[in-house]
Amino acid sequence: MDPLPALSAIDGVMLVVVAWFAIGLAGIAALHDFRLVGRVFFPLSAALSLALAAFALLALPGAPQVAVLAIGLPDLPFHLRLDALSAFFLAILGLASAGISVFAGGYFRQGEGTPPGLLCLQYHLFLASMAMVLLADDAYAFMVTWEVMALSSYFLVTTNHRIAEIRRAGFLYLLVAHVGAIAILLCFGVLQANTGDYTFANMRAQELSPFWASCAFLLALFGFGAKAGILPLHVWLPEAHPAAPSPVSALMSGVMLKTAIYGMVRVNFDLLGSPIWWWGVVALAVGLATALFGVVFAAAQVDMKRLLAYSSIENIGLIVVGLGLAMIFAAYRMGSLAALALVASLYHCLNHALFKSLLFLGTGSVLHATKERSLGKLGGLMRYMPWVAWTTLAGVIASAGLPPSNGFVSEWLLLQGFLFTGELPNPYLRMLVPVFAAGVVLVAALAGYVMVKFFGVIFLGRPREEKLAQAHDAGGLERLGLLWLTAGCVLLGLFPVAVLEALDPITVALVGRGLAASGSAGDWLLLAPVSAARASYSPILFLLVTAAIVAVAFVLVRRFYHGRVRRAAAWDCGFPMQTARMQDTAEGFGQPIRQIFEPFYRMRRELPTPFDEAPRYKVTVEDPLWAWVYLRIAAATEAASRWVGLLQRGRISIYLLYSFLTLVALLFLTQA
Amino acid sequence: MNLEAIVAQLLAMAVALAGAPLLSGWVNQCRAWLQGRRAPPLLMPFRTLHKLFWKESVVAHDASPIFRLAPYIVFACMALAALIIPTLSTDLPMAAAADAIALVGLFGIARLFISLAAMDIGTAFGTLGARREMLVGFLAEPAFLMVLFTASLISSSTSLATTVSALAHKDFAILPSLAFAGLAFTMVSLAENARVPVDNPATHLELTMIHEALVLEYSGRHLALIEWAATLKLFAYSCAGLAIFFPWGIAEARDHAALLWALPVLAAKLAVGGFVLALIETLLAKMRIFRVPEFLATAFLLGVLALLVHLLLGA
Repeated sequence: MDPLPALSAIDGVMLVVVAWFAIGLAGIAALHDFRLVGRVFFPLSAALSLALAAFALLALPGAPQVAVLAIGLPDLPFHLRLDALSAFFLAILGLASAGISVFAGGYFRQGEGTPPGLLCLQYHLFLASMAMVLLADDAYAFMVTWEVMALSSYFLVTTNHRIAEIRRAGFLYLLVAHVGAIAILLCFGVLQANTGDYTFANMRAQELSPFWASCAFLLALFGFGAKAGILPLHVWLPEAHPAAPSPVSALMSGVMLKTAIYGMVRVNFDLLGSPIWWWGVVALAVGLATALFGVVFAAAQVDMKRLLAYSSIENIGLIVVGLGLAMIFAAYRMGSLAALALVASLYHCLNHALFKSLLFLGTGSVLHATKERSLGKLGGLMRYMPWVAWTTLAGVIASAGLPPSNGFVSEWLLLQGFLFTGELPNPYLRMLVPVFAAGVVLVAALAGYVMVKFFGVIFLGRPREEKLAQAHDAGGLERLGLLWLTAGCVLLGLFPVAVLEALDPITVALVGRGLAASGSAGDWLLLAPVSAARASYSPILFLLVTAAIVAVAFVLVRRFYHGRVRRAAAWDCGFPMQTARMQDTAEGFGQPIRQIFEPFYRMRRELPTPFDEAPRYKVTVEDPLWAWVYLRIAAATEAASRWVGLLQRGRISIYLLYSFLTLVALLFLTQA
Repeated sequence: MNLEAIVAQLLAMAVALAGAPLLSGWVNQCRAWLQGRRAPPLLMPFRTLHKLFWKESVVAHDASPIFRLAPYIVFACMALAALIIPTLSTDLPMAAAADAIALVGLFGIARLFISLAAMDIGTAFGTLGARREMLVGFLAEPAFLMVLFTASLISSSTSLATTVSALAHKDFAILPSLAFAGLAFTMVSLAENARVPVDNPATHLELTMIHEALVLEYSGRHLALIEWAATLKLFAYSCAGLAIFFPWGIAEARDHAALLWALPVLAAKLAVGGFVLALIETLLAKMRIFRVPEFLATAFLLGVLALLVHLLLGA
């Protein structure tokens, strides 16, 4: 089986990390040579990603492997461990970054504000740190690599650092990342239970009291939630994703958000042992709120990358919902159901990594071809960029969660998980959980709306601007990257049984039970996670029958009638003076959603009067949480600093008086 | 997978393909009678399809391949839906390939493609239709799923065939959860099939319509396929409703006599159902498009209520 028997998987992963690091340093040597960086370094890095994925997939079914690296402070070596969970997330990193890196090779042509060599260093540091986060087996290694990940991605976000808006977005990202990192550090502090030993092995061995365990859970939810973008810590996502170059957005949204999910799973299912039922309810509620919020805001966006950022928030919400459901089942020792919900969640991580990367890369190609991010100025690009359009369509179907794509499989599994909540012993939970199921279904349906808007406005219809006719299709390397991710979306949708079998070691390790992936042993056609009588789904059969009906209809129509087509001007009820401006804009397409979900938004409308000579209509949609939470925190901080500021008089005599008073107070205290 | 099951499957397909336009014709006849008009012949939809298939397809200059592909995909989706909904027999090999959730996904993918095709030409009406179609869809889809979940919970299976045979074996009793679900289902199917009070199939005024605006640019065989698919959708929804709420008379596995008997039973049930649909359409007025979200939200809440009632009362 093992092609390299001398090399264990964990060594292989570390080799890839070192090689990435070397490529990054080589980038510094070729600082301004974007041809070398683009044509050689990035494709090489993609090959390393594939190697990483291969090592990870080899390690997935095996026993955990450990290693100790003597890096950093004396007495504090890096403990590394490659178990099934790490291997799965490493596989996500490898599979998604393979496509993204190849694409990046074609994308970074002019070096977008930062020299290409430097970009190459930041990019590969980012990749390497993500891999190390997933390998880390003690809090020290975890925090160091976590910070390297945050910093390298900060520099990547601010690639175009000459634009003030982008610097601001980067700062917001860094701020939220650090608030989260503090919570994670505190969480590890709670988990080690005063033993002073910060290895994960020690944390696993500790038995925390319910109070401290709950503290650790809440800190982890907050800390990792800040990175994942759960409500109300999502604010950096819609700012940072549009600011970053598209391959970086793809990497951040597709992979980096998953490291936060990895952290949640690691803490809640592995380090903490068995969860308490209300943790699951908290996670469910937060996840559903995040998902609904994300999708409702995605529907109102007019910037294509911002739309995708909100859609990422939605998907993270769905993943957290799955984790919450798994926690509830695990708390009641319903192992196989916990496994079902956990698998749904992990599967969605994998799917989202692929389809969201694909969509972000698609927007990157559109951005390069048209220099335009606003949906209101795009349109009709399918004719000029067929490669990008068709691959993006695959991503759109997956993102909308429609069969036979991969997005549907994970949503299907999640809903199956919800249908078993009737077996829970707690009657309130039994009642509550179906309401969550209804919410999840609503989110999934709204995602379809968002995706039709996204694809339809960018690629279909007629070009809304003259210059779009000059748009060129993606280049060779970009196409390769897009095709790789498309193939991933399609194959993961068609062969879910294989994925579920690969996920088995994880659920066995975390919740003690595996999942019978298929109705009968060896039946790779039929996905039936519980039993074939209960529920089953066969994407291949589904696709084959649909394709067969399409083919038969096509042939029969031509056999019995004819296949003639006449090209003519669009009919449009005979209206002769059509212009491209008469199509729905992105605002127009989102209007029904804005109307239905009006209380969610902070909207400002500027309506023209009927007598206006040059009428302009403008609507801006803002995030209400920004005003409710963040501006209030900022105001409170400012007020507090103003009070503290009263102490600062700027005169040495007054400061000496403070010292004197402090001394007197201390003397008084020590006397007493 | 045995031969008999495949025969039953093909039979169900043939019945759906032939029966769907017939059902539409019947509903149109009933409506004409109720409104005091002279009714068109029962076979009118077939004649229309035949006429359209002969006509030339006119495609706009700007159309992309999606525009020409969409009618086939929509038709295939609806035909597949007719395959997995138990119409005559619950012994369906295809039922294992797609359960209730996949059925909703199937309608979803058809909706995605028809909406994209409508946006493809880039006319004002097309995008307007696409927007409205997605508006109806995103509310109707979850409501429909809630109805299916209620039935799935009662039979503890999301497989439609298993659900229907489990419901058919229950003693006759009006389950409160199914009553709520039935109401929600009726509202959803009116909206999904572009019927009064959400849309009006009898008019062609594009500005107020959803379905007509959506397919405005289609002609010839493409339009024929879409119209056929629309009748198939009505047929699929009717059969799904009949199978869940009135499951009696559907054949079980390996029962030839029952299979023969199932066809007239289905025809009778559909005739009654079609008449009720015509009655609803005659009695109600079309509502403003801005009222549609409220109508569908009500359906969604009724669906959730059905689910809760089932979990609370176990019935």
